[in-house]
Amino acid sequence: MRNLLFQGLVRLPLTEPRPAADDPELIALAAKLDNAARRRLGRSLSIREVDAGSCNGCELEIHALNNAFYDLERFGLKFVASPRHADVLFVTGPPAKNMREGLERTYRAMPSPKWVVAVGDCALDGGMFAGSYAVLDGVSAVLPVDLRIKGCPPRPQALLAGLLALMEAPASEHRTIHRTD
Amino acid sequence: MQSIPTLADIASADRKVDAHRPWPRAIVGADVWQNIAGQLASSQWTLSGLWGDTGAVHMALLDAATNEMAVVSTDCPNGKFPSVALYHSPAIRLERTIQDLFGLEAENAPDPRPWLDHGRWGERHPLGARDSLADTEPYAFLPVIGEGVHQIAVGPVHAGIIEPGHFRFHANGEALVRLEARLGYTHKGVEALMRGADLERAAKLAGRVCGDSTVAYALAFARAAEAALEAEVPARAHWLRALMAELERLANHLGDIGAICNDASFSLMQAHCAVLRERVLRAADICFGHRLMRDCVVPGGVAEDLPAGKATVLRELLAEIGRRFPALVELYDNTASLQDRTVATGILKPALAQQYGAGGYVGRASGRSFDARRALPYPPYDRLTFEIPVLEKGDVDARVWIRIHEVKQSMMLIEQILGGLPNGAIRGAIPRGTGEGMAMVEGFRGDILAWLRLDADGRVARCHLRDPSWFQWPLLEAAIEGNIVADFPLCNKSFNCAYSGCDL
Repeated sequence: MRNLLFQGLVRLPLTEPRPAADDPELIALAAKLDNAARRRLGRSLSIREVDAGSCNGCELEIHALNNAFYDLERFGLKFVASPRHADVLFVTGPPAKNMREGLERTYRAMPSPKWVVAVGDCALDGGMFAGSYAVLDGVSAVLPVDLRIKGCPPRPQALLAGLLALMEAPASEHRTIHRTD
Repeated sequence: MQSIPTLADIASADRKVDAHRPWPRAIVGADVWQNIAGQLASSQWTLSGLWGDTGAVHMALLDAATNEMAVVSTDCPNGKFPSVALYHSPAIRLERTIQDLFGLEAENAPDPRPWLDHGRWGERHPLGARDSLADTEPYAFLPVIGEGVHQIAVGPVHAGIIEPGHFRFHANGEALVRLEARLGYTHKGVEALMRGADLERAAKLAGRVCGDSTVAYALAFARAAEAALEAEVPARAHWLRALMAELERLANHLGDIGAICNDASFSLMQAHCAVLRERVLRAADICFGHRLMRDCVVPGGVAEDLPAGKATVLRELLAEIGRRFPALVELYDNTASLQDRTVATGILKPALAQQYGAGGYVGRASGRSFDARRALPYPPYDRLTFEIPVLEKGDVDARVWIRIHEVKQSMMLIEQILGGLPNGAIRGAIPRGTGEGMAMVEGFRGDILAWLRLDADGRVARCHLRDPSWFQWPLLEAAIEGNIVADFPLCNKSFNCAYSGCDL
């Protein structure tokens, strides 16, 4: 173990250059994320994820955000275990009717202000499962959705870009929705 | 005493269905059905699937001695059929599912509770004679009686980023007396959506049953469709499919090895394994245009060819894993605090693995060597050299070691595939026609069974996909008994059963 830890010290980090110099889009993205997070929530945003019937593909890519390449936490973004600690609810899945109550109760357990992100094509409108007796054709059938991230599943880069977009949007857009609960 | 009939006897004695390929299907009377069910527990047959159809039920059987398969079916006059679960408990949840989806009742079933149907669909029996919603009673978990026994309810929403399911623990102090899982939360009605779908749409649906096994599912579906239509698949496509399947296995095993250690609070392994997993996904993305290789396997072949020169990317990937992985294996093996958690934890007895026909690392860590790539070989595995690791201990540690060995085997397979990849077309024509087809494919988690019937328009009349975890979930409940509550996440991750794969 000592060797491995030592190598970790001397090897260059894998974390992708916080915006690579040759990718202007990413430079802008990371810089914006940094500024926006600081302004809105003091550099930090806590995310609670709920699988509302996904195939697990979206979960795999959300997981990837935590690996050394994307290292989500360097941006002040982190996944939390309890909805009571969360600012953002990530929802995947069509959603399944069997998960409706679990999803609603998770949302209700979150303190305001809160944002809902529909992650993946299923969460958008039911995706390939739309029209089934067992699904609700989109997360917006259950909760007010602030942001949609497309993809089947979305790439980790798209998830990151989506989180940025959420923080960039004018606050008024979200708050009007969330004061109703 | 009645001698045990072989699968060939059954298939020849009763009404044989001609258009069922590649294995035979026979329609039997209720008495023969019951006779087979009664012998499942004591014979060399393994129950490999049990599913409903319009007015009938089907049962897939594997002859463990000869590695032959067959399907037997029986009609359900009055909507009833003799229960298999009455004699063979691995069938319990499958029969509950048939009841929920088709309204076909297993007579004298030992457990008549609903399974997928939580009373939330607004209707009952969506695949059978549709019925309006009846009053649903609260779900009754199996009881535990005894002094000091308390319940712990977990889920369906869990603390981590994982799939939803409910676990009901009965504990006495820290020791678990009984675990009962309640699943079905991710049920999306896939088999109903399959009905009437053309092959293209149905293949995409199959690839969305279980996200981490999208290649394996798409492959199982494609092979079943090709069997039904007797379609030819070009050699290069077979090899590219195997390449994708092994990349998928590699990515999942690497992820699992890290995640299991993480559930023992050893996050160093997780950090390193996640890096290797990410490298596999990135290589897959470069080679096939999708990190998980979704929709890359299609009926008739593969959607995308391996671009010229991209084999180098995969060779570099293998070299990188070859450089990094041995140190991680050593770290796992030499960290006493980690071994203390995994060794002798969550033991699954070989007899149970055998009875349930448990596939994948769950079965192979408990002495059941079945691997569809070897037992029911499909191309190109019949031309590749690989070993199937088998251990007997059946604990968390053994399930980790099976994965470690399989990582190495998959790396060797990828190397062989890159070396022997034939040139030529990657997609054959799919003839239009009717027929029934079946396929068994080895996913990273175990054997996936696909069965379908195509109508005259070449559309899917019925398709059933059986996830390996149908025969693994119940074993988790057995393996956890007597362990401490805090070891459940560890045991659960070492099984890593599919939720969406079983909920469909």
